[in-house]
Amino acid sequence: MAINPDYVGRTYEPSEPYEVSRVKIAEFASAIGEPSPLCRDREAAQAAGYPDVIAPPTFAIVISSASGAQITSDPGLGVNYAMIVHGEQSFTHSRPLHAGDVVVAQSTIESIRQVRNLTTLGTVTEIRTVDGEHVCTARSVLVERGA
Amino acid sequence: MTGPGYDDTAVGTELPLRQYLLTRRDLVRYAGASGDFNVIHWNERIAKSVGLPDVIAHGMLTMALAGRFLSEWAGDPGAVTSCGVRFSSPVVVPDDDKGALLEISGVVTGKLDGHRVTVDVTARSGEVKVLTRAQAVIRLP
Repeated sequence: MAINPDYVGRTYEPSEPYEVSRVKIAEFASAIGEPSPLCRDREAAQAAGYPDVIAPPTFAIVISSASGAQITSDPGLGVNYAMIVHGEQSFTHSRPLHAGDVVVAQSTIESIRQVRNLTTLGTVTEIRTVDGEHVCTARSVLVERGA
Repeated sequence: MTGPGYDDTAVGTELPLRQYLLTRRDLVRYAGASGDFNVIHWNERIAKSVGLPDVIAHGMLTMALAGRFLSEWAGDPGAVTSCGVRFSSPVVVPDDDKGALLEISGVVTGKLDGHRVTVDVTARSGEVKVLTRAQAVIRLP
């Protein structure tokens, strides 16, 4: 079954609030080898002008991909997840995520295109605090290979 | 940990090449930290059954290393205000003691208002470009 092009423009329900923790930031930073004390040491982060330790720039994928999973698992859209590869990704931050942030992610399908036997699915996920402050816009293009 | 100042950079300023090694252990660790447990990143049997040469790194791990490269240059992970990539080719990670070598470099391509610069990033594994259209906006002191 092909991806249903009628789903372009569809916006999904916002995620449950996600609380950014110091432990998760440190775990993620260590997994990518990010050495900055700003990701681990609260005093160092505060001396640099941040409220608490900050997340590396691609940490937002932890939040946006959980929200985007609503899209890829939507039976009406018809994504064959076994045939999906990650084509493109971008993050635009209003400010870094930091420990103590409580954020909500909401995803929208921006584009569905057919190129030969490939279908591309473009999504955007807006990450805001529960108070409505914009933190990050994450865009993703998934590519489904045809059978 | 202080990076270059805005006034010290110009279009054409190079971000020196750095090398990163990726082993199977790094892939497992990234899977746990990110929550991406797609089997092609840790199971050779399944990776090969779907036509891959071997286990491949998460595209997001490659992108995260590009982000680390930029944040180390800037001296602040929070300075990387935006970044975007296209995953042009997978990083194949063999099951050996060496792993896969990733080489990342960059060049300043523009100066913006607000003490920000644009940077183009090049990421190679062997002779293959693994990221294309890799661009970032960095805020400098």
